[in-house]
Amino acid sequence: MKLTIASGKGGTGKTTVSSNLTTYLASMGKDVVLADLDVEEPNSALFLNAKLVHSKVANKMVPKWDAKDCTLCGECEEVCAFNAILQLPEEIRVFPELCHSCYACSELCPTFSLPMTPAKIGVISEYKNELFSMVEGKLDLGQEMAVPLIAQTMEYVDEKFPENIKIYDAPPGTSCPVIEASRYSDFVILITEATPFGLNDLQLAVETMRVLNQKIGVVINRYGIGDDGVEKYCQAEHIPIITKIKNDKEVAKLYSNGELIYDKIDHFKNSLDEIVTFIGGLK
Amino acid sequence: MREVVVISGKGGTGKTSISSSYAYLASKDAVVCDCDVDAANMHLLLDADFKEQEDFYSGELAVIDSNLCNNCGKCFEVCRFDAISKEPEYHVVDPISCEGCHYCSRVCPTDAIEMVTQKAGDLFVSNIKTGARMVHAKLGFGAENSGKLVSKVKRVGKEMALKEDKAYVITDGSPGIGCPVISSLSGANLVVLVTEATVSGLHDLKRAHQLTKTFNLKVVAIVNKYDLNREITQKIRNYLATEGVQVIASLAYDENFTKAMSVAKPIVEFDKNCEISQQIEMSWKTITNILKEH
Repeated sequence: MKLTIASGKGGTGKTTVSSNLTTYLASMGKDVVLADLDVEEPNSALFLNAKLVHSKVANKMVPKWDAKDCTLCGECEEVCAFNAILQLPEEIRVFPELCHSCYACSELCPTFSLPMTPAKIGVISEYKNELFSMVEGKLDLGQEMAVPLIAQTMEYVDEKFPENIKIYDAPPGTSCPVIEASRYSDFVILITEATPFGLNDLQLAVETMRVLNQKIGVVINRYGIGDDGVEKYCQAEHIPIITKIKNDKEVAKLYSNGELIYDKIDHFKNSLDEIVTFIGGLK
Repeated sequence: MREVVVISGKGGTGKTSISSSYAYLASKDAVVCDCDVDAANMHLLLDADFKEQEDFYSGELAVIDSNLCNNCGKCFEVCRFDAISKEPEYHVVDPISCEGCHYCSRVCPTDAIEMVTQKAGDLFVSNIKTGARMVHAKLGFGAENSGKLVSKVKRVGKEMALKEDKAYVITDGSPGIGCPVISSLSGANLVVLVTEATVSGLHDLKRAHQLTKTFNLKVVAIVNKYDLNREITQKIRNYLATEGVQVIASLAYDENFTKAMSVAKPIVEFDKNCEISQQIEMSWKTITNILKEH
């Protein structure tokens, strides 16, 4: 089973829910693995007291100009749809950050002067604590495209942990990175807060998930502080509200320190139980 | 005209509440840009009227004409994005996977593949309650190129500010460190980094700050919820001091922040006398002073 924890708005509690839920499931003897797919700002490892067991460089393939046989015919610049290739009077310049790795320039070059070579975009790290393993993708600073690294992080998890329940901590937003982190999952939990911001971004996230034909449920975090807009919206749209996590400064304090919450705060554990029951009912 | 960009790395640190407060304080003397095109919220706090709308086109999508397709499979072979699949009589493109690279359309022997320009979102110019104008956007579902939409929002906003001789462009950036943030930062005169006193806040602050360094931008910082965890606050302060970044405000954990949001008001409008509003107002004065020198 693959479960994505996502949200439109940032800071609603994705990482809090995914790290606590994974730990809780592991403590019940389930084989789970957590994948932190928020590759721009991965944070899960901060909460899990886990040791690094393996890390590897993540690359994307980009063309590298080989001057030897190049006739400067200009075909490569012509075929590139992403302006990643510039033909200058005496050389071909490649802009790796703009390259989507489509291979068109490389394979259509009549003199094979643009062989594809790996370029580093980030690092994939595997961590382990006494209960379970987690895998994190971390994008290098200055790299623009998160999707290839998200895809590679998921591949790593699939290869290393084929049988485990997979929990994906998704990036915020509604564009390509969150789509990549959600499209292959069996279910997506959208975390929101009961405020107009939370509602606005939840609506965007729901519409995105509907384009993907994804099954969704909502967790309302910091419940009790805002208004009832989110609840009304979920009822009108027939989206299940899986649980409401109470607004509680103690939770915020534990989170601020990088601590787990469910083992210290009862109402939070009750909410996790509701999520676990809900997931159990999905099978 | 001077541009201030508010970013945070981590989401939910109070970035939009603060940038909207600056927009409120700058009143008519600013053009406001919401560059968080993925999950835009600023319009809620500033009563945007969505007066002008424009379609934003970016990127292309391959479409196979099933009548022309001879099912040879060349497109399938060259596609690196698993976007093409075979039906009994012809091939089809999965619009979500297609990156718009044109490779398939170039190798198709029967010219059955057309590249269609995609609507990637909507761009809006609104009047807001301060009497100023705001440029904002909504990214289409599953659309790419949010970086390009961010650039467009900024370009429109800056042109408007120059034309109308406004003193400031106030930009709400997007979270993360990837392409939309990089686009948000370009050309900024001053970056305000908003962080919070949590381990994730500190972690993401460092990454966001390192990003601003690669672009050589002048940066100041705001520490939100500083009293939630004073130990982390100290670490944040130490990091910022080492890096030579001035802290222009430290805001206490205050539920007024959320309450103001719930009634769709910037905190400085909701309760201008509360402590955090005073702090934000002072930080805006600091910003305007810094901008006189930069």
